[in-house]
Amino acid sequence: MVRRYLRLLGVQLKASTLQALQYRADFFTEGFTSLCWTFTALAPLFVVYGGRPEVEGWSFGEALLVVGWFTLLQGVLEGAINPSLTGVVEHIRKGTLDFVLLKPADAQFLVSTQRFLPWRAFNVLTGVGLFVYAFGLLGHGPSPLGLLTSLVLLCTSTLLLYSLWILTVSAAFFVVRVDNLTYLFSSIFDFARWPSTVFKGVGRGALTLVFTYVIPLALMTTFPAEAMLGRLPVTSLVGAVVGSVVFAWVARRVWIRSIGHYTSASS
Amino acid sequence: MSVRGVIRAMPTMLRVGFAESVAYRAEMLVWVLSTTMPLVNMVLWMAVAKHAPVGKYGQVDFVSYFLATFAVRQLTSAWAAWIINWEVKQGTLAMRLLRPISPLWAYAFDNIAGFPLRLVVAVPVMVLSVVLVGADKAVPQHAWQWGLFLIAVLGGWAITFFANVAMGALSLFMDSSQKTMEVWMVLFFVCSGYMYPVELLPDGLRSVINWLPFRYQMGLPVELMTGAHDLPTALGLLARQWAWVLGMGTLALGIWKYGVRRFAAFGG
Repeated sequence: MVRRYLRLLGVQLKASTLQALQYRADFFTEGFTSLCWTFTALAPLFVVYGGRPEVEGWSFGEALLVVGWFTLLQGVLEGAINPSLTGVVEHIRKGTLDFVLLKPADAQFLVSTQRFLPWRAFNVLTGVGLFVYAFGLLGHGPSPLGLLTSLVLLCTSTLLLYSLWILTVSAAFFVVRVDNLTYLFSSIFDFARWPSTVFKGVGRGALTLVFTYVIPLALMTTFPAEAMLGRLPVTSLVGAVVGSVVFAWVARRVWIRSIGHYTSASS
Repeated sequence: MSVRGVIRAMPTMLRVGFAESVAYRAEMLVWVLSTTMPLVNMVLWMAVAKHAPVGKYGQVDFVSYFLATFAVRQLTSAWAAWIINWEVKQGTLAMRLLRPISPLWAYAFDNIAGFPLRLVVAVPVMVLSVVLVGADKAVPQHAWQWGLFLIAVLGGWAITFFANVAMGALSLFMDSSQKTMEVWMVLFFVCSGYMYPVELLPDGLRSVINWLPFRYQMGLPVELMTGAHDLPTALGLLARQWAWVLGMGTLALGIWKYGVRRFAAFGG
């Protein structure tokens, strides 16, 4: 069973890679736009830290780590998650999801792996570059344990991001015209650019709570950055792992319910 | 097409555009919600200004600045570039070109017709701003200030629209100008005052930005709404804005006219 799915994943990955290799010039444009977007993410950071050494307990270098995680996850989101799930919305609208549902494999798996944009991996490189630069500024490297923890958190972040996406897409079964839900999602993801404690001052910390528990953005970028700095409490780590698994489970349930609601567009 | 023809067609086109925007109101709402970036920045800058003001901006000033940014973004947005790209790719531009009125008018009316619905979002935000920070900081005080603000909003929209047309028309030369559009957006975010008031930038950078179009798309209307300038400064900036409207308009029409001649529908 697992082997069959792994092989299937291999096939789908290969197809996307071959498709991407057709457009080699994209490599440079992707790289260039990724750098541009990173710069926009950094511009306010430079302005903010131009005048003061730290904001809500985060120094420039430390906040840079959060931006690094944001950039990295953006690469994961736009390279691996976005393209295939945008495809689902298209399927739902045209009514061609039937063809996917009829195939003898799990529909969620099929739709989630149908398309990758490998060049977007450039964002991951940019993120790693930011880490190196940030630690250069901080004057010390990450602890090995911190690095290991942040890798675990990378997995939970990806899982969270993916589950959030599944939830968004499930909404497409009920409201058909949602191509722009992808934009809505990305704009909410923008909040993850900043350490979540920055939002503490608003509404008596309500926003921080929302971003930790309701839309778990804090778990995605702030926690890994803290882990790298070696100051993430163990309870937070456990919370992140358990939380993301629960979130993924909920997303899976919602997806199955939504599939049940699906009536193809033509019928 | 003659000016009279355009004027005659105007009510119908506006009605069609408005009907479309009402028909897809859920979609419109999602678009509006996806412009939450000013709110992110508002919260961020409030945190930064918690203990001491940044430049002359305290916490309250940031609230009024970014709520104004949110409102102005609703009023000055244009999306013609994406539509032109799409239509060139699909070849449906051919059908528009067959009509006796330039497609550019259609794109413009499409934006303008969405205006009432966008006001429905922008006005409450302005009211909220007045409630939060007081009328003297959130909206213009005098009639002439309101007048300048409206001119600035119109100018901001015109620059955005013409930039959209110029970049959309580039897709007639290249396969797709989406990437060019992305680069423009990046510059817009950094230079326009959308993410932080332009005044907070160091002097050298600010004088460069004063010569670029971006500030006049967004920053200037916002500053006029929050009453940041006295009359002479405001008039000077407005003059620069309208110079950009003219320049951008000429450029856009030039590229468009030259590009349409090259247009041959894909597969047609």
